[in-house]
Amino acid sequence: MIKEYKTIREIASPLMIVEHVEGVTYDELGEIELPNGELRRCKVLEVEGDKAVVQLFESAQGINLAESKVRFLGHSQQLAVSEDMLGRVFNGMGMPIDGGPAIIAEDYKDINGLPMNPAARAYPAEFIQTGVSTIDGLNTLVRGQKLPIFSGSGLPHAALAAQIARQARVLGDNETFAVVFAAIGITFEESEYFISDFRRTGAIDRTVVFSNLANDPAVERISTPRMALTAAEYLAFEKDMQVLVILTDITNYAEALREVSAAKKEVPGRRGYPGYMYTDLATMYERAGRRQGKKGSITMIPILTMPEDDKTHPIPDLTGYITEGQIILSRELHRKGIVPPVDVLPSLSRLKDKGIGVGKTREDHAGTMNQLFAAYSRGKDAKELMTILGEAALSDDDKLFAKFADEFERRYVSQGNETNRSIEETLNIGWELLSILPRRELKRIKTEFIDKYLPEA
Amino acid sequence: MSGTITKVSGPLMVAEGLADANVSDVVRVGASGLIGEILNMTGDQASIQVYEETSGLGPGDKVITTGLPLSVELGPGMLDNIYDGIQRPLPEMRALTGDSITRGANVPALNRNKKWDFTATASVGAHLAAGDELGTVQETSAILHRIMVPPGLSGTLKSIQSGSFTVTDTVAVLTDEKGVDHELPMMQRWPVRIARPYAKKYVPSRPMNSGQRIIDTLFPIAKGGTAAVPGPFGSGKTVVQHQLAKWSDVDIVIYIGCGERGNEMTDVLMEFPELKDPRNGEPLMKRTVLIANTSDMPVAAREASIYTGITIAEYFRDMGYDVAVLADSTSRWAEALREISGRLEEMPGEEGYPAYLASRLAQYYERAGVVKCLGSEDREGSITAIGAVSPPGGDISEPVSQATMRIVKVFWGLDSALAYARHFPAINWLTSYSLYIDNLRAWYTEQFGESYIKNREKALRILQEESELQEIVRLVGQDALSADDRLTLETARMIREDFLQQNAFVDEDAYSSYLKQYRLLSMVLEYDALCRDALLKNADMNKLFGIPVRERIGRAKMADPNAFNEVYDDIEKQMKAEINDVIAGGEEV
Repeated sequence: MIKEYKTIREIASPLMIVEHVEGVTYDELGEIELPNGELRRCKVLEVEGDKAVVQLFESAQGINLAESKVRFLGHSQQLAVSEDMLGRVFNGMGMPIDGGPAIIAEDYKDINGLPMNPAARAYPAEFIQTGVSTIDGLNTLVRGQKLPIFSGSGLPHAALAAQIARQARVLGDNETFAVVFAAIGITFEESEYFISDFRRTGAIDRTVVFSNLANDPAVERISTPRMALTAAEYLAFEKDMQVLVILTDITNYAEALREVSAAKKEVPGRRGYPGYMYTDLATMYERAGRRQGKKGSITMIPILTMPEDDKTHPIPDLTGYITEGQIILSRELHRKGIVPPVDVLPSLSRLKDKGIGVGKTREDHAGTMNQLFAAYSRGKDAKELMTILGEAALSDDDKLFAKFADEFERRYVSQGNETNRSIEETLNIGWELLSILPRRELKRIKTEFIDKYLPEA
Repeated sequence: MSGTITKVSGPLMVAEGLADANVSDVVRVGASGLIGEILNMTGDQASIQVYEETSGLGPGDKVITTGLPLSVELGPGMLDNIYDGIQRPLPEMRALTGDSITRGANVPALNRNKKWDFTATASVGAHLAAGDELGTVQETSAILHRIMVPPGLSGTLKSIQSGSFTVTDTVAVLTDEKGVDHELPMMQRWPVRIARPYAKKYVPSRPMNSGQRIIDTLFPIAKGGTAAVPGPFGSGKTVVQHQLAKWSDVDIVIYIGCGERGNEMTDVLMEFPELKDPRNGEPLMKRTVLIANTSDMPVAAREASIYTGITIAEYFRDMGYDVAVLADSTSRWAEALREISGRLEEMPGEEGYPAYLASRLAQYYERAGVVKCLGSEDREGSITAIGAVSPPGGDISEPVSQATMRIVKVFWGLDSALAYARHFPAINWLTSYSLYIDNLRAWYTEQFGESYIKNREKALRILQEESELQEIVRLVGQDALSADDRLTLETARMIREDFLQQNAFVDEDAYSSYLKQYRLLSMVLEYDALCRDALLKNADMNKLFGIPVRERIGRAKMADPNAFNEVYDDIEKQMKAEINDVIAGGEEV
């Protein structure tokens, strides 16, 4: 028997205090019934004696203290999961909004998930070919990795993410894949860009969309990515699918988190974000991965826009400490017309070493990768010097490095959003570029590979 | 003793009716028996931090105190194992509850059924003090586990038996001074927040060989020392920690993954059993204990994890072993402390961290050191504590970095600019330091003669000069420099690229012996000396920089670890010949 309370004492959106409650537990889901019969949802943040502090998921508008009723449902927030979710669109709370029927649940899952036992994880080591040279060649993505895109306002991160979703495949593999797409506080247009791209390629039938757009309630955004990940976990670990999760935009998520934290009057950490934001983000990001004895996997590409393009801002900073690398977009390259404008040097994939080499990509991959990084870095330094002092100030070697840097951006990085390069093509372009440099500078590559792959000058 | 919950807020709860409980007692909460610890008491009200997810708990749920502080179990079975922050074995948890960590799982740290072959070494009638050896267990092929009389106990050995026992079986009976018999199993318990006692502490005087050139040659750490590895994300903190865990010449490694990525722990779990210790050929996992409290696991257990790790380290130290404790990352530990403190509504210090952050950190690092162990056998053991620090935005002016730097003696500062250029390990040679160099000078001199330390000083000087010269180059270009200064830049580049850079993923390069490090640096400095001399003889600078042997020097670090001496001899010979040729050519012009 579920009790109803008409004892709401205080509402300061998004928080509400309910008095004289009994048997209410931490993290329990609740329902508020407005006088007009409308239902809104909330969850318990703190319970002390007979007083519960409750967080609303939707707006507080229209809630009347005397007339509204609160029910506590005896469980935490859950998502009804089923294979039929594929091809459907849900709102940020997991309700269908595409006009289709409700999902007949095969199971109900707590959206917070459970931490994965590190001893049960399988190390991600299967190379995913995205067809993008800067990723495949230099910041290799592997199955089960979480690799965010750090972008800025006005940069084409959506085009890159859509390209990855469209082109990504594991060489010599025909397993079932699925895409879970969570729109977190983004505009209709940006969300539609992804959905129409999925539709164009036919991927829409294998996609689950959770959509919380910019005009939807901000507090709902705290649940949206968790809904998406719960669906992804179900598809990956119970239905053996290879799931790609795209979460965009994490910055909106973090702002919603800050809003709730401020309402709770918590001691703020850096820039007003709560001190537990690291842990909070980690409980989402760490849900990516592979498990021993399970076929499926969750590969995650969160997208975030860095406020003021500042990588040290808490949102990208804490994300970078949790995720297994990052792809950073550069405004400077974007202005130069480089597509996709991936800033190669600060980008990183931590899991690349186990995903490349003999039997995965090619034997020369690791050495050429390091050499391209080192040479591009030196080339950029040389170019910087050149802008101050003129070309004459450079040594002969440095002139070659400067030339290399230009060619590298033009031919390796800038491939357009429609080109799908095989890993062989990517590696060969790398060798062509390295042939600009004197052979003695190629210290990062084993001599035998230089003899085998370096094109004749 | 049981009480009732009155308030739940995340991992913190308040319970009443616990007047008889002690501060720091472990409690069991709710129907599923979640593990918690009492932080504060007010009257009969206790504030409790719970080490597991608290969703579903509410006022009215029961709290039962165990009357004991948070403790670890110490005995055979810890090596080659992986635990969570409160020492629950993760593989056994997995067998019990599946791939996810569910709540209230109650698994003892040491397997109660496994039998170990115990060999008694003490004899009946002997008078034994705390720390004295009762017997031994060959725990893994690499480590002989000494079973010792626990601290605080001494007396006459009444009986002892060799044979096959579980950790809780009695192996010996000790009669103390009052005539009371104590049955001693192989397993001991020890509260994690209290340091285990030792007889005497010494100043560290031997280096810990890590096989990493920038560490061993430029910024060495002593066995029993403390070090911090701060750096922004992506600068390679974890790889440095992994390299230290792999190659350090210690007997035991405790690796604490404190609030970090799950896949990193999996990496260690998969890789370490495959890797062989370069000194004895044993799999590295046989000397390793892993503590994994990843970032998605409960935050309160993360706070406990570093204490669990260092207590296990102290236990092995007490056996007379050299132990290295690697904590990745102490910043996540500090954040856990901050979160708990915030929920206790304590007055925050800097950036929301509690005011006791610095003293807690100092207490942790002070548990490192070289000691004379308890017991009459005069064993000497050490704990080397190395902590990664993850400063927000890479800015080390924040409280955790600053508090750590006040305590530790070695600072390996990681630099994102180096990481972007793929210069690894990305330890910045200008900001890093080691305060042990004076303690270790005698050791290096005894082993390799005076030139080891002299080479080190010379290399550091050249790198320092390089940074000054670079400023000039940035203003007026390279042409404004004298030939001597150009040579300094060239040598500095060689030190950076041909000596300091070390590839952790290439077998020949991942570990460098002291001799290889010494010879490699000598080779580069020899090039510098010969060229400087040649310049005096008017040799052509560009020709000197372009001699063919430079490519060989650049690849010299990849030489076979067992046959590098001959290769290096040959390179040096070729180098001398080619420089002499340039000198001869220069005189013709």
